[in-house]
Amino acid sequence: MSTQDQAPAPGGFNDQRIEIIIGTLLRTGVILAAAVVLSGAIMYLARYGRVVPDYKSFHGEPERLKSLPEIFHGAIALEPRDIIQFGLLLLIATPIARVVFSAIAFAIERDYAYVVITLVVLGILCYSLFGSS
Amino acid sequence: MNVLEFTGLVALGSLVAGFLGALTGLGGGVVVVPMLALLFHVDIRYAIGASLVSVIATSSGAAAAYVREGYSNIRIGMFLETATTAGAIAGAAIALHVPTSAIAIVFGVVLLYSAYLSSKHREEHGAHLQSSPLAKKLRLEGTYPTPEGKQPYAVTGVGAGYGLMFLAGVMSGLLGIGSGAVKVLAMDQAMKIPFKVSTTTSNFMIGVTAAASAGLYLARGYIAPGITMAVMLGVLAGSMIGAKILVQAKVKVLRYVFAAVIVALGIEMIFNGATGRI
Repeated sequence: MSTQDQAPAPGGFNDQRIEIIIGTLLRTGVILAAAVVLSGAIMYLARYGRVVPDYKSFHGEPERLKSLPEIFHGAIALEPRDIIQFGLLLLIATPIARVVFSAIAFAIERDYAYVVITLVVLGILCYSLFGSS
Repeated sequence: MNVLEFTGLVALGSLVAGFLGALTGLGGGVVVVPMLALLFHVDIRYAIGASLVSVIATSSGAAAAYVREGYSNIRIGMFLETATTAGAIAGAAIALHVPTSAIAIVFGVVLLYSAYLSSKHREEHGAHLQSSPLAKKLRLEGTYPTPEGKQPYAVTGVGAGYGLMFLAGVMSGLLGIGSGAVKVLAMDQAMKIPFKVSTTTSNFMIGVTAAASAGLYLARGYIAPGITMAVMLGVLAGSMIGAKILVQAKVKVLRYVFAAVIVALGIEMIFNGATGRI
Protein backbone atom coordinates (compact mmCIF):
# COMPACT_ATOMS: atom_id res chain seq x y z
CA MET A 1 0.00 0.00 0.00
CA SER A 2 2.67 2.49 -0.92
CA THR A 3 4.70 3.73 -3.85
CA GLN A 4 5.67 0.11 -4.44
CA ASP A 5 2.33 -0.39 -6.14
CA GLN A 6 3.52 1.27 -9.30
CA ALA A 7 6.82 -0.56 -9.50
CA PRO A 8 6.50 -4.30 -8.88
CA ALA A 9 9.72 -5.80 -7.62
CA PRO A 10 11.25 -8.93 -9.19
CA GLY A 11 9.03 -11.99 -8.90
CA GLY A 12 5.82 -9.93 -9.02
CA PHE A 13 6.16 -9.19 -5.31
CA ASN A 14 4.25 -6.08 -4.29
CA ASP A 15 2.79 -4.87 -1.02
CA GLN A 16 -0.71 -6.05 -1.94
CA ARG A 17 0.44 -9.61 -2.49
CA ILE A 18 2.55 -9.58 0.64
CA GLU A 19 -0.46 -8.50 2.66
CA ILE A 20 -2.58 -11.36 1.32
CA ILE A 21 0.13 -13.90 2.18
CA ILE A 22 0.48 -12.35 5.66
CA GLY A 23 -3.29 -12.61 6.15
CA THR A 24 -3.28 -16.30 5.29
CA LEU A 25 -0.27 -16.90 7.53
CA LEU A 26 -1.98 -15.25 10.52
CA ARG A 27 -5.22 -17.13 10.03
CA THR A 28 -3.48 -20.50 9.69
CA GLY A 29 -1.43 -19.86 12.84
CA VAL A 30 -4.48 -18.94 14.92
CA ILE A 31 -6.54 -21.92 13.71
CA LEU A 32 -3.67 -24.33 14.35
CA ALA A 33 -3.01 -22.91 17.83
CA ALA A 34 -6.71 -22.98 18.74
CA ALA A 35 -6.99 -26.62 17.62
CA VAL A 36 -4.00 -27.68 19.74
CA VAL A 37 -5.25 -25.72 22.79
CA LEU A 38 -8.73 -27.22 22.40
CA SER A 39 -7.45 -30.80 22.28
CA GLY A 40 -5.24 -30.13 25.30
CA ALA A 41 -8.21 -28.53 27.09
CA ILE A 42 -10.42 -31.59 26.50
CA MET A 43 -7.74 -33.94 27.86
CA TYR A 44 -7.13 -31.58 30.80
CA LEU A 45 -10.82 -31.44 31.72
CA ALA A 46 -11.18 -35.21 31.40
CA ARG A 47 -8.29 -35.73 33.80
CA TYR A 48 -8.60 -32.86 36.27
CA GLY A 49 -12.27 -31.79 35.87
CA ARG A 50 -13.23 -32.68 39.45
CA VAL A 51 -10.23 -31.05 41.12
CA VAL A 52 -10.83 -27.71 42.89
CA PRO A 53 -8.57 -25.07 41.32
CA ASP A 54 -6.66 -22.44 43.30
CA TYR A 55 -5.79 -19.28 41.42
CA LYS A 56 -6.47 -16.89 44.32
CA SER A 57 -2.83 -16.69 45.30
CA PHE A 58 0.03 -16.43 42.87
CA HIS A 59 2.76 -19.04 43.08
CA GLY A 60 3.87 -19.06 39.45
CA GLU A 61 3.63 -22.02 37.15
CA PRO A 62 6.02 -24.92 37.83
CA GLU A 63 9.37 -24.93 36.03
CA ARG A 64 8.25 -27.46 33.43
CA LEU A 65 5.46 -25.16 32.19
CA LYS A 66 7.77 -22.17 31.83
CA SER A 67 10.70 -23.27 29.69
CA LEU A 68 10.40 -24.08 25.99
CA PRO A 69 12.30 -27.44 25.92
CA GLU A 70 10.30 -28.74 28.91
CA ILE A 71 7.00 -27.80 27.25
CA PHE A 72 8.01 -29.62 24.04
CA HIS A 73 8.94 -32.77 25.99
CA GLY A 74 5.69 -32.66 27.97
CA ALA A 75 3.60 -32.13 24.85
CA ILE A 76 5.20 -35.13 23.13
CA ALA A 77 4.42 -37.19 26.23
CA LEU A 78 0.77 -36.01 25.83
CA GLU A 79 0.63 -34.19 29.15
CA PRO A 80 -2.59 -32.10 28.91
CA ARG A 81 -1.16 -28.90 30.41
CA ASP A 82 1.95 -29.08 28.25
CA ILE A 83 -0.20 -29.55 25.14
CA ILE A 84 -2.15 -26.39 26.05
CA GLN A 85 1.10 -24.53 26.71
CA PHE A 86 2.46 -25.78 23.36
CA GLY A 87 -0.68 -24.47 21.60
CA LEU A 88 -0.21 -21.10 23.32
CA LEU A 89 3.40 -21.08 22.12
CA LEU A 90 2.16 -21.66 18.55
CA LEU A 91 -0.08 -18.65 19.02
CA ILE A 92 2.79 -16.48 20.30
CA ALA A 93 4.88 -17.71 17.34
CA THR A 94 2.25 -16.59 14.81
CA PRO A 95 2.98 -12.82 14.88
CA ILE A 96 6.69 -13.64 15.10
CA ALA A 97 6.39 -15.71 11.90
CA ARG A 98 4.67 -12.72 10.34
CA VAL A 99 7.65 -10.50 11.20
CA VAL A 100 10.09 -13.07 9.76
CA PHE A 101 8.07 -13.23 6.56
CA SER A 102 7.95 -9.41 6.33
CA ALA A 103 11.75 -9.26 6.59
CA ILE A 104 12.08 -11.68 3.67
CA ALA A 105 9.45 -9.78 1.66
CA PHE A 106 11.20 -6.43 2.21
CA ALA A 107 14.50 -8.04 1.16
CA ILE A 108 12.94 -9.28 -2.09
CA GLU A 109 11.59 -5.76 -2.66
CA ARG A 110 15.15 -4.48 -2.08
CA ASP A 111 13.85 -2.12 0.60
CA TYR A 112 16.85 -2.52 2.87
CA ALA A 113 15.89 0.23 5.33
CA TYR A 114 12.75 -1.77 6.15
CA VAL A 115 14.71 -5.02 6.32
CA VAL A 116 16.72 -3.41 9.13
CA ILE A 117 13.60 -2.02 10.87
CA THR A 118 11.95 -5.46 10.68
CA LEU A 119 15.05 -7.20 12.04
CA VAL A 120 15.06 -4.80 15.03
CA VAL A 121 11.46 -5.87 15.83
CA LEU A 122 12.46 -9.52 15.40
CA GLY A 123 15.44 -9.05 17.71
CA ILE A 124 13.23 -7.62 20.47
CA LEU A 125 10.76 -10.51 20.08
CA CYS A 126 13.54 -13.12 20.24
CA TYR A 127 15.00 -11.48 23.34
CA SER A 128 11.60 -11.81 25.04
CA LEU A 129 11.13 -15.46 24.10
CA PHE A 130 14.66 -16.83 24.45
CA GLY A 131 16.73 -14.24 26.27
CA SER A 132 14.95 -14.33 29.59
CA SER A 133 14.61 -18.05 30.33
CA MET B 1 -16.24 -24.72 42.23
CA ASN B 2 -14.27 -27.48 40.50
CA VAL B 3 -12.11 -27.18 37.36
CA LEU B 4 -14.97 -28.15 35.03
CA GLU B 5 -17.32 -25.44 36.38
CA PHE B 6 -14.56 -22.85 36.59
CA THR B 7 -13.52 -23.48 32.96
CA GLY B 8 -17.10 -23.35 31.70
CA LEU B 9 -17.90 -20.06 33.44
CA VAL B 10 -14.62 -18.38 32.47
CA ALA B 11 -15.06 -19.51 28.84
CA LEU B 12 -18.62 -18.17 28.79
CA GLY B 13 -17.56 -14.82 30.28
CA SER B 14 -14.67 -14.57 27.81
CA LEU B 15 -17.03 -15.35 24.94
CA VAL B 16 -19.28 -12.45 25.91
CA ALA B 17 -16.23 -10.17 26.40
CA GLY B 18 -14.85 -11.08 22.98
CA PHE B 19 -18.27 -10.68 21.35
CA LEU B 20 -18.90 -7.21 22.81
CA GLY B 21 -15.28 -6.18 22.24
CA ALA B 22 -15.48 -6.98 18.53
CA LEU B 23 -18.94 -5.44 18.12
CA THR B 24 -18.01 -2.15 19.79
CA GLY B 25 -14.41 -2.02 18.57
CA LEU B 26 -13.13 -1.62 22.12
CA GLY B 27 -11.43 -5.01 22.23
CA GLY B 28 -12.22 -7.88 24.59
CA GLY B 29 -8.97 -7.71 26.54
CA VAL B 30 -9.95 -4.71 28.65
CA VAL B 31 -12.81 -6.55 30.37
CA VAL B 32 -11.18 -9.98 30.69
CA VAL B 33 -8.71 -8.91 33.40
CA PRO B 34 -11.30 -7.20 35.66
CA MET B 35 -13.71 -10.10 35.07
CA LEU B 36 -11.13 -12.66 36.23
CA ALA B 37 -9.85 -10.52 39.10
CA LEU B 38 -13.16 -9.20 40.46
CA LEU B 39 -15.62 -11.98 39.59
CA PHE B 40 -13.50 -15.12 39.79
CA HIS B 41 -10.95 -13.81 42.35
CA VAL B 42 -8.06 -14.93 40.17
CA ASP B 43 -4.69 -13.34 41.05
CA ILE B 44 -4.22 -10.35 38.75
CA ARG B 45 -0.92 -11.73 37.41
CA TYR B 46 -2.63 -14.90 36.12
CA ALA B 47 -5.44 -12.70 34.74
CA ILE B 48 -2.98 -10.46 32.87
CA GLY B 49 -1.14 -13.48 31.42
CA ALA B 50 -4.35 -15.06 30.13
CA SER B 51 -5.64 -11.78 28.72
CA LEU B 52 -2.40 -11.05 26.88
CA VAL B 53 -2.50 -14.40 25.10
CA SER B 54 -6.14 -13.91 24.08
CA VAL B 55 -5.19 -10.50 22.66
CA ILE B 56 -2.73 -12.19 20.27
CA ALA B 57 -5.48 -14.56 19.11
CA THR B 58 -8.09 -11.88 18.37
CA SER B 59 -5.59 -9.50 16.77
CA SER B 60 -4.17 -12.13 14.43
CA GLY B 61 -7.62 -13.52 13.60
CA ALA B 62 -9.05 -10.11 12.74
CA ALA B 63 -5.92 -8.87 10.94
CA ALA B 64 -6.27 -11.72 8.45
CA ALA B 65 -9.56 -10.20 7.29
CA TYR B 66 -8.35 -6.57 7.34
CA VAL B 67 -5.17 -7.00 5.31
CA ARG B 68 -7.21 -8.43 2.43
CA GLU B 69 -9.30 -5.26 2.27
CA GLY B 70 -6.15 -3.17 1.80
CA TYR B 71 -6.62 -0.74 4.68
CA SER B 72 -3.68 -1.59 6.92
CA ASN B 73 -0.27 -0.10 6.12
CA ILE B 74 2.48 -2.64 6.79
CA ARG B 75 5.28 -0.06 6.66
CA ILE B 76 3.65 2.19 9.27
CA GLY B 77 2.92 -0.92 11.32
CA MET B 78 6.44 -2.33 11.17
CA PHE B 79 8.15 1.01 11.83
CA LEU B 80 5.97 1.73 14.88
CA GLU B 81 6.35 -1.83 16.15
CA THR B 82 9.97 -1.03 17.03
CA ALA B 83 8.44 1.37 19.60
CA THR B 84 5.59 -0.84 20.83
CA THR B 85 7.71 -4.00 21.29
CA ALA B 86 10.44 -2.08 23.15
CA GLY B 87 7.69 -0.51 25.29
CA ALA B 88 6.13 -3.93 25.92
CA ILE B 89 9.44 -5.30 27.25
CA ALA B 90 9.75 -2.23 29.49
CA GLY B 91 6.14 -2.65 30.68
CA ALA B 92 6.64 -6.33 31.51
CA ALA B 93 9.82 -5.39 33.42
CA ILE B 94 7.95 -2.70 35.39
CA ALA B 95 5.19 -5.23 36.22
CA LEU B 96 7.76 -7.30 38.09
CA HIS B 97 8.60 -4.49 40.52
CA VAL B 98 5.19 -2.88 41.04
CA PRO B 99 2.75 -4.19 43.70
CA THR B 100 -0.43 -5.75 42.26
CA SER B 101 -2.60 -3.11 43.96
CA ALA B 102 -0.82 -0.39 41.95
CA ILE B 103 -1.35 -2.38 38.73
CA ALA B 104 -5.06 -2.61 39.58
CA ILE B 105 -5.29 1.17 40.04
CA VAL B 106 -3.46 1.88 36.76
CA PHE B 107 -5.75 -0.63 35.07
CA GLY B 108 -8.82 1.15 36.42
CA VAL B 109 -7.59 4.52 35.14
CA VAL B 110 -6.92 3.01 31.69
CA LEU B 111 -10.46 1.55 31.66
CA LEU B 112 -11.98 4.95 32.43
CA TYR B 113 -9.84 6.59 29.77
CA SER B 114 -10.78 4.06 27.06
CA ALA B 115 -14.46 4.57 27.88
CA TYR B 116 -13.94 8.32 27.50
CA LEU B 117 -12.11 7.89 24.17
CA SER B 118 -14.83 5.66 22.77
CA SER B 119 -17.46 8.32 23.46
CA LYS B 120 -15.61 10.95 21.44
CA HIS B 121 -16.78 11.81 17.94
CA ARG B 122 -14.44 10.93 15.09
CA GLU B 123 -13.78 13.13 12.11
CA GLU B 124 -11.78 12.21 9.03
CA HIS B 125 -8.81 14.42 8.23
CA GLY B 126 -8.65 16.46 5.05
CA ALA B 127 -6.92 14.85 2.06
CA HIS B 128 -4.80 17.95 1.33
CA LEU B 129 -2.39 17.41 4.18
CA GLN B 130 1.34 17.45 3.36
CA SER B 131 3.61 14.68 4.62
CA SER B 132 6.51 15.60 6.88
CA PRO B 133 10.05 15.01 5.49
CA LEU B 134 10.66 12.17 7.99
CA ALA B 135 7.44 10.42 6.97
CA LYS B 136 8.47 10.74 3.32
CA LYS B 137 11.91 9.37 4.06
CA LEU B 138 10.39 6.38 5.84
CA ARG B 139 7.89 5.95 2.98
CA LEU B 140 4.94 5.88 5.39
CA GLU B 141 2.44 7.41 2.95
CA GLY B 142 -0.06 5.11 1.31
CA THR B 143 -3.45 4.74 -0.31
CA TYR B 144 -6.68 3.30 1.03
CA PRO B 145 -9.93 2.21 -0.59
CA THR B 146 -12.87 4.67 -0.47
CA PRO B 147 -16.22 4.66 -2.31
CA GLU B 148 -14.55 6.98 -4.87
CA GLY B 149 -11.62 4.63 -5.47
CA LYS B 150 -8.12 4.54 -3.99
CA GLN B 151 -7.34 7.68 -2.01
CA PRO B 152 -3.75 8.69 -1.16
CA TYR B 153 -3.03 9.98 2.34
CA ALA B 154 -0.22 11.96 3.97
CA VAL B 155 1.53 11.23 7.29
CA THR B 156 2.94 13.75 9.80
CA GLY B 157 3.86 13.89 13.50
CA VAL B 158 6.13 10.85 13.35
CA GLY B 159 7.99 11.76 16.56
CA ALA B 160 4.87 12.28 18.69
CA GLY B 161 3.27 9.15 17.23
CA TYR B 162 6.39 7.12 18.01
CA GLY B 163 6.42 8.32 21.62
CA LEU B 164 2.75 7.47 22.10
CA MET B 165 3.39 4.04 20.58
CA PHE B 166 6.10 3.36 23.15
CA LEU B 167 3.58 4.26 25.85
CA ALA B 168 1.01 1.93 24.27
CA GLY B 169 3.62 -0.82 24.40
CA VAL B 170 4.38 -0.16 28.08
CA MET B 171 0.65 -0.39 28.92
CA SER B 172 0.29 -3.59 26.93
CA GLY B 173 3.22 -5.20 28.73
CA LEU B 174 2.15 -3.92 32.15
CA LEU B 175 -1.57 -4.70 31.96
CA GLY B 176 -1.88 -7.54 29.44
CA ILE B 177 -4.15 -5.58 27.09
CA GLY B 178 -3.83 -4.68 23.42
CA SER B 179 -3.91 -0.90 24.11
CA GLY B 180 -5.64 -0.42 20.78
CA ALA B 181 -7.14 2.86 22.01
CA VAL B 182 -3.72 4.50 22.51
CA LYS B 183 -2.39 3.04 19.25
CA VAL B 184 -5.31 4.52 17.33
CA LEU B 185 -4.81 7.83 19.19
CA ALA B 186 -1.15 7.89 18.09
CA MET B 187 -1.93 7.27 14.43
CA ASP B 188 -5.27 9.03 14.04
CA GLN B 189 -4.60 12.12 16.19
CA ALA B 190 -0.80 12.56 16.28
CA MET B 191 0.09 11.29 12.79
CA LYS B 192 -3.13 12.32 10.99
CA ILE B 193 -3.54 8.91 9.38
CA PRO B 194 -7.14 8.16 8.19
CA PHE B 195 -9.23 6.58 10.95
CA LYS B 196 -9.93 3.31 9.13
CA VAL B 197 -6.22 2.89 8.30
CA SER B 198 -5.37 3.69 11.94
CA THR B 199 -7.77 1.13 13.43
CA THR B 200 -6.80 -1.71 11.08
CA THR B 201 -3.06 -1.02 11.33
CA SER B 202 -3.44 -0.82 15.13
CA ASN B 203 -5.14 -4.20 15.15
CA PHE B 204 -2.34 -5.55 12.99
CA MET B 205 0.28 -4.30 15.47
CA ILE B 206 -1.44 -5.55 18.63
CA GLY B 207 -0.43 -9.18 18.06
CA VAL B 208 3.27 -8.39 17.65
CA THR B 209 3.24 -6.03 20.65
CA ALA B 210 1.57 -8.66 22.84
CA ALA B 211 3.97 -11.37 21.64
CA ALA B 212 6.87 -9.23 22.89
CA SER B 213 5.73 -9.44 26.51
CA ALA B 214 4.10 -12.89 26.28
CA GLY B 215 7.52 -14.57 26.17
CA LEU B 216 8.56 -12.81 29.38
CA TYR B 217 5.24 -13.66 31.05
CA LEU B 218 5.63 -17.31 30.13
CA ALA B 219 9.14 -17.44 31.60
CA ARG B 220 7.82 -15.88 34.82
CA GLY B 221 4.98 -18.37 35.23
CA TYR B 222 2.16 -15.88 34.65
CA ILE B 223 0.59 -18.03 31.94
CA ALA B 224 -1.49 -20.71 33.67
CA PRO B 225 -2.78 -23.22 31.09
CA GLY B 226 -5.97 -23.96 33.07
CA ILE B 227 -7.15 -20.33 32.91
CA THR B 228 -5.60 -19.27 29.62
CA MET B 229 -7.17 -22.08 27.56
CA ALA B 230 -10.69 -21.00 28.55
CA VAL B 231 -10.00 -17.29 28.07
CA MET B 232 -8.25 -17.70 24.71
CA LEU B 233 -10.84 -20.03 23.16
CA GLY B 234 -13.74 -18.03 24.60
CA VAL B 235 -12.52 -14.61 23.49
CA LEU B 236 -11.54 -15.92 20.05
CA ALA B 237 -14.95 -17.53 19.44
CA GLY B 238 -16.76 -14.46 20.77
CA SER B 239 -14.83 -12.00 18.63
CA MET B 240 -15.36 -14.13 15.50
CA ILE B 241 -19.13 -14.15 16.08
CA GLY B 242 -19.00 -10.41 16.84
CA ALA B 243 -17.13 -9.62 13.62
CA LYS B 244 -19.72 -11.59 11.58
CA ILE B 245 -22.67 -9.74 13.14
CA LEU B 246 -20.96 -6.32 13.05
CA VAL B 247 -22.02 -5.62 9.48
CA GLN B 248 -25.76 -5.70 10.15
CA ALA B 249 -25.93 -4.66 13.80
CA LYS B 250 -26.78 -1.20 15.10
CA VAL B 251 -24.03 -0.81 17.63
CA LYS B 252 -24.63 2.70 18.95
CA VAL B 253 -26.72 1.70 21.96
CA LEU B 254 -24.48 -1.29 22.59
CA ARG B 255 -21.41 0.97 22.60
CA TYR B 256 -22.93 3.07 25.37
CA VAL B 257 -23.87 0.01 27.40
CA PHE B 258 -20.40 -1.46 27.01
CA ALA B 259 -18.77 1.88 27.85
CA ALA B 260 -20.89 2.04 31.02
CA VAL B 261 -19.76 -1.49 31.97
CA ILE B 262 -16.13 -0.45 31.43
CA VAL B 263 -16.59 2.64 33.63
CA ALA B 264 -18.09 0.51 36.40
CA LEU B 265 -15.24 -2.01 36.14
CA GLY B 266 -12.69 0.82 36.14
CA ILE B 267 -14.07 2.30 39.35
CA GLU B 268 -14.19 -1.11 41.00
CA MET B 269 -10.58 -1.87 39.97
CA ILE B 270 -9.40 1.45 41.43
CA PHE B 271 -11.40 0.84 44.64
CA ASN B 272 -10.05 -2.69 45.08
CA GLY B 273 -6.51 -1.55 44.33
CA ALA B 274 -6.70 1.41 46.71
CA THR B 275 -8.08 -0.72 49.56
CA GLY B 276 -5.44 -3.38 48.94
CA ARG B 277 -7.89 -6.14 48.00
CA ILE B 278 -6.07 -6.91 44.74
